[in-house]
Amino acid sequence: MIAPPDRENGAPSPFGAPPRHEGHPPHLRPVGIVSYGFYVPRYRIRTETIAQVWGHDGPQTAANLNVRQKSVPGPDEDVATISVEATRQAIDRVGFDPRRVGAIYVGSESHPYAVKPTGTILAAAIGAGPELTAADFEFACKAGTAAMQTAMGLVRSSMVDTALVVAADTSQGAPRNALEYSASAGGAAFLIGSEDIIASLNHTVSFTTDTPDFWRREGQKYPSHGERFTGRPAFFRHVKACAERMMAAMESTPDDYQHAVFHQPNGKFPVNIAKQLGFTMDQIQTGLLAPKIGNTYSAAAPLGLAAVLDIAAPGDRVFVTGYGSGAGSDAFDITVTDAIVDYRKKKSRTVEEHLAKTVDLDYSTYAKYRGKIILGD
Amino acid sequence: MGVPRFWREQPHRYRLEGTRCTNCDRVYFPPRWVCPVCRRESVGKMERHKMDGTGTVVASTVVHDPAPGFEDQVPYAVAIIELDEGCRLTTQVSDVADPHDVVPGMRVKSAFRRIQSDGASGVIYYGTKFVPLVEQGSTPS
Ligand SMILES: [Zn+2]
Repeated sequence: MIAPPDRENGAPSPFGAPPRHEGHPPHLRPVGIVSYGFYVPRYRIRTETIAQVWGHDGPQTAANLNVRQKSVPGPDEDVATISVEATRQAIDRVGFDPRRVGAIYVGSESHPYAVKPTGTILAAAIGAGPELTAADFEFACKAGTAAMQTAMGLVRSSMVDTALVVAADTSQGAPRNALEYSASAGGAAFLIGSEDIIASLNHTVSFTTDTPDFWRREGQKYPSHGERFTGRPAFFRHVKACAERMMAAMESTPDDYQHAVFHQPNGKFPVNIAKQLGFTMDQIQTGLLAPKIGNTYSAAAPLGLAAVLDIAAPGDRVFVTGYGSGAGSDAFDITVTDAIVDYRKKKSRTVEEHLAKTVDLDYSTYAKYRGKIILGD
Repeated sequence: MGVPRFWREQPHRYRLEGTRCTNCDRVYFPPRWVCPVCRRESVGKMERHKMDGTGTVVASTVVHDPAPGFEDQVPYAVAIIELDEGCRLTTQVSDVADPHDVVPGMRVKSAFRRIQSDGASGVIYYGTKFVPLVEQGSTPS
């Protein structure tokens, strides 16, 4: 494998070689996405509605962030309910027998319980198990992509038949904080297997450092962020380094991909990083959902991938790079297979259709739904 | 509701699982283990049957005086839904801009939602509610 130029000490890469490259073990199974589903709560609050409350310039804020509105979970929704709805779409679409699922991993930074897994609620709701392994993943906004990597390993090595990976969040920003404009809710689910693959997961690499750009201490309702830390040394450094390592490993360039999806803390960052790496607006347009729904955290890149899978043609190559504060980036090189043609005959809603049906909220209803109003008892 | 009872009722609360009488083909939700039509003939012939989750509102009301734990959702719609399999159930209808929009004849589908929780530190009860059926499931050509 070709080491990227900035690899420290010129040390060898710790990641395995991609399939069909020198050094890839021949006995490993192919691995890919067998089906996918998604869910975004129906409620929206507009950037201008939030700005009005805090005396900010609404149109300017919306333009700076490239976020016009964000999704808001209803009072009866959380990461478990979002995970179930996303998974049911994935399972129902292909009539998948949930008892074939050998592993369930849910990545989120807003699991409903501090202690008690979301994955078990999900398993019961879809009728999977009890013969399966489950765990919840946490790594800020990249918990879902980390779960995806684990699932890839289990399927590729034949340890499980099929793994279910869900990335979902119902994130909160403190009132008046810049995060309040973007922190939103949504989820995406993927059945990862080695047969009837609609999108082949060719390879994955990561780039991880200890960077205090964003955190939330135990028991705190809202997260904190290290102001100047969030941009250049955090998101941009990690996504760029990870993406470059992926292209070095695959011996590819941006031109080799029809679609690219990046993590979307707002609508601006993914556009900037795409440009820096040499991707065009055409390549990122389909998967760029932040302007319409805000930052769905763990679900941001996975939802973008779902939107791409809705329209991609057989043979299309997709470049996906997630990012999680704290900090790390996971990249995936994906090829859409011929099976996507028959898959799409099994009709199901698309991301575009799903996002079109909305109910707008005023600030007071939003504040009530998100538990931002302190009751006097 | 106690945690043990809720746990026992998970299949029908989580998955809308009812029963089907293999003697006469009638479907029941909530599940019945003896068919009221076939009676003794149905004993041992009742199978689990997962409801499709789509149905139609037959009657509805708007609740202003909420059950404990539902204060944040007032006013909300409660409706009697006839599932496409023919069974009826009473449920909250969520995700509507105005609860008065929930009227007889409206098409709905099941959704997995939080029903209640035992305060801020207790167990969270999940189950099935209904939401407007808007996505007919098309795909781009
Ligand atoms: Zn009968």
